[in-house]
Parts: sequence; C-alpha cells; structure tokens
Amino acid sequence: MRENAPDPGLYDFRRWPDRAPIRWPGDKKVAVWVSPNLEFYEIDPPANPHRKSWAKPHPDVVGYGHRDYANRVGHWRMADVMTKHGFPGSVSLSVALCQHVPEVVADANERGWEFFSHGIYNTRYSYGMDEAQERAIIEDSIKTVRDATGQTIKGWLAPALTHTPRTMDLIAEYGLSYTCDLYHDDQPGEVHVKSGRLLSMPYSLEVNDHYGFFVYNMSPREYADALIRQFERLAAEGEDGGTVMCIPLHSYLIGQPHRIGAFEEVLRHIAADDRAWITRSGDIADHYLANVAAPAKATAEEGAV
Amino acid sequence: MTLDASYLEYPKRRHGMDHDRYEWSALPQRPAINWPEGKAVAIPIVVSLEWFPILPEDKPFRAPGHMVTPYPDYRHYTSREYGTRVGLFRLLDTFAKHGVKASIAMNSAIATRYPEIVESVTNAGHEIVAHATDMNATIAGGVSPERQAEIVTTSLDEIEAASGTRPKGWLSIARSQAFETPDVLAEAGIAYMLDWVNDELPYRFATKSGSIINLPLNHELSDRQIITVTQQSIDSYATQIEDACDWLEGEAETHGGRMLPLHLTPYITGLPYRIDALDALIGRLAARDTTLFATTGSLVASADEQLPR
Repeated sequence: MRENAPDPGLYDFRRWPDRAPIRWPGDKKVAVWVSPNLEFYEIDPPANPHRKSWAKPHPDVVGYGHRDYANRVGHWRMADVMTKHGFPGSVSLSVALCQHVPEVVADANERGWEFFSHGIYNTRYSYGMDEAQERAIIEDSIKTVRDATGQTIKGWLAPALTHTPRTMDLIAEYGLSYTCDLYHDDQPGEVHVKSGRLLSMPYSLEVNDHYGFFVYNMSPREYADALIRQFERLAAEGEDGGTVMCIPLHSYLIGQPHRIGAFEEVLRHIAADDRAWITRSGDIADHYLANVAAPAKATAEEGAV
Repeated sequence: MTLDASYLEYPKRRHGMDHDRYEWSALPQRPAINWPEGKAVAIPIVVSLEWFPILPEDKPFRAPGHMVTPYPDYRHYTSREYGTRVGLFRLLDTFAKHGVKASIAMNSAIATRYPEIVESVTNAGHEIVAHATDMNATIAGGVSPERQAEIVTTSLDEIEAASGTRPKGWLSIARSQAFETPDVLAEAGIAYMLDWVNDELPYRFATKSGSIINLPLNHELSDRQIITVTQQSIDSYATQIEDACDWLEGEAETHGGRMLPLHLTPYITGLPYRIDALDALIGRLAARDTTLFATTGSLVASADEQLPR
C-alpha cells in the first residue's frame, strides 16, 4: 500500500458491470466457501498499546469462557453439520491452537479443511509491529501449520483484523496467494504488492455470524434468512460471471444450540442448489490464478488511481 | 509505538489451557451424563433477584441493569424494584402452575430487606443461590482477595440468617470474577458456581481448596441477552429456547444428557406483556417427555456422582 496516502492504493477500481466474466469449474455460478474461525484467546495476554484485548480486567470470565466454548462444544457441533451437508471449512486459524488444542486442528484436517493464518493468538495484535516482528509471525504461521497439518498456508486473515502498512507486501513475498482482509468486492481481484501476486478473497463482515448476532442483533432464524438471501442474489448475478459468497463463522456463536438448527437449514438450502460451487478459499484462489492472467506489472506496482 | 520483544514471546503456548483451572475436554467425546429419570434435557431455571442501591458503585465496574441517569435515578431504581415486588411473583406463579422448581440467585440484601420473599421462595421449594450482597458488590480482576471473601461470606451469612440454610451455589454479578475468586468460593464452602460459560454441562474446576463444580449458565440464552441486549421479542426468545431444546434432544439420543439453562430476570420477563409467553413456553417444555426441570443444586448433585474425580 501507499503509506500515509489518502488512497492506500490497494487495488485498481473496476466497475461491477465491466468485469470480464469469471467461469467457475463446472460452470457453477457462485463459489461458496465456509470459513470457521478456529481461535485461541489468552486469558491474560500482554497489553498492546494500540488496542485493548478484553473489555474487563483480566480474567474476563465471560469473554474468555465464551471463546473457550468454541473448542469444547461449538466446533464439534458446527463441524458435524458442515460435514453432513458436504461443506469443507477454510479455517481462519489462530495457529497457537495447534499447540493448545491440537485435537480440534486434527479434526478439521481430517475433514479435509484448509487452513490459513489468523495470527498466533486472537489476543496478539499486529499494530505496532516492526518488519522483523511481522515476518516472525508469518514465518511462525507457515511453520506451525505445516508441522501440525502438513498443509502450506495460502491465505491470511490478520489476527483480530489488525494490520500494518507492510502486511500485504510481506505475505505476498512469503508466497501466500490471498488475503481475506479487504471487503471491496464480491469477486476475487488483484492486490497491489511489491512482489509476487496476491488476490483479495471475498470474505465477509456483513454476513459474518459475529455481525449478524452482535452488530445487527439478529435472531438465529433472521441470520439464516440473511444468508439465504445473500446466496440467492449472488447465485443469480453469477450468471454473468462467477461470484463468491463466504460464510465466516465462529463456533462459539453458530455452534450454540439455539442457532445451529437454523444454520443447518442454510447449508441444506445451498447444497441443494446446482448453481453453487461448494469449495475452499484456496481452491478459489488457485482457479483464479490459473485462469485469469495477471495484470501488467506497472499497474501492479503503482496502481491506477 | 513499537512493541517490546516480549510481545512475541508465548510462555504458555503448550498443550492444554493457558491456566490450571480445568483441562480441555470436548463435549461429544466425554462419558455420557445420565440425568434422573433418564431424561434427555435437564432445564435449570435461574432467576437473578437483585437489589440496586440508588447510589451506584463504579469500582470495579457498574453492574448491568444499574442506575443510568444522574442522581436520583428514580426511573431505574423503581423499575428494578418492580421486578422484585411484582415480576418475581408472576414468575413464581408460573413455576407453581407447571410444578417446576427453580434456583433463585439472590443478592443477600434481598434476603435481609425482604424476608417475605425468602419465605415465598423457600415455601415453594425453590433453591436459593448466593448472588453477592447487592448490585454494588461487583468482583473483577484487581479486587483484593480479602474484599472478595468479605462479599462472599457476608452474602452467605445474610442468606443463611434469613432462610436458615447456607447456600451451596454461587453466581457472581455479571458472572465476573477475579483470578482468585474460585479459591475464595471454595474456601467459603461453596460447592458450585454458575459463572463460567465455556461448556454446556457441569464440570470440575480446580481451586486451592480442592475442586468445585461449575455449572455453565449460558449467557447467550438469558433473557437479558436476548431481550434487553439484542432487542428480540419474548416470542423470539421462546422460539430460540425451543429450537435449542429440539437440537439438544437430538444430541441426547447419541451422547447422553444435555442441559438447557433458562436465566430469567424479574424486571425483564416478569412484565405483563411478556409473562404469558414465558408461561406458555414453560408449559410446552414441561409437556415434552424428554425434559426435566430441576434446580441447579440438584443437577450439580447428579453430576457430582457421575463426573470422574
């Protein structure tokens, strides 16, 4: 990015009607990927001067306990429902979960889920990191996931969505192919980076379960309805060129007993629709990279404004 | 501002939790819990019965539901008292109608100020859980262990003096604890607490004085969270509880007993336009063959016989 410029120059502007059509495998119309955030939150994390971790003095019993519920209860319920309806996960992973609760990571791996990094802990933020520190967490992420699962991470979702101006350049330099941190489109697109090729992968805040339940205060059935509407519109628009729908989840929310049943109906609905390419974020990125030529380098370096 | 090198050090990055209070454990992989009568879903009802001094205390934090306006906040002081004078009795009538026993998590100030309430609760066979002294007695990290012990023992002493029974269960205000609180509770003779929401079944929790039991009182399913915080209707609340019950019944078929806690607040659910929907909900839940309404104390006693030591 262009540091301290009014326009950070992350990507080129492209009008929605002007796109060259993207064709998904099997001529599917909408690529649907489900992104469980498998996280570990520390009970007593060190302070970051730029962002407070817990709302309460430590221990924040409800905040911590709610997150811990994910690894004890929510994950298993959510994962079983996903597997039942044929949805693999693309995991936004606090990589320290590989040490703390390897049982959850192994379960996800055995289900054929992909892992990308969501930092070390969701209580350690990138704000204020120098380049060496940021390289250290990227290298840690690559090695930790490889050691635990045999997978090489392809993507990045910044820990607790905390970035530095260097993040995109660094993850591209390390060979990662997509970022989930940019919310400007319903299709993948090129991100301007110093080296390599980096895609923005449409993740979602708007239909993230956290937004659904704690920003928009939806009931479980209202959230399920929002997901179905999101799917129906993106599938219809995908007739003119493939779209992407991400369902970002936190099992301490969606795995609650009053929510999981309504969510299962969403998966049943999408799985029954022949227009859906039910896939993983890395597979979407691989397909795009293989089928859409990289733009000219000059544009990639400076960005058209 | 740059970060100190220690920000990238992780001294507790190890297998298991980053504290020593309990072990990690996956709900679906545990030995089954079998509730009395072979019921699939145990439903403990916990009613928070609170007294808010009109002079709120902000250290360590102002309790949820406390005063809002500049002094004197008649609006909130009296609205909370409405729950105690009127709403509670609507709840008690509902419980009596359906023959269910509840756990009343009571500030000890309620017991001291309103002994008639203690009489109504105990005569109906409900359990009293200790819930601090009054709504200024909040606990959080940084509160001295001596002050924590004072809150706990005063609460227990006052409730025992009014009711003749020393409570075995504890609920902190806003479920908020300091690091030492479980030790303080165990030292005071508490057998179980309702503060940690990290599970759906009772489990053992380590303290310096041996283990106690934590019964997870799901905060996401409380009337405060669904109705007051997320602004859903009482009908939506009822739907969510029944959806949860449907799901848990299904899990119980293969994994053993499940638990669906109802956490109610007299000044929220005890209102005239909400109580009938709660009454109907409890009626429908009680009519299911799969459910068992029981106090938190009795469920803890059942779990205590079954959980590995």
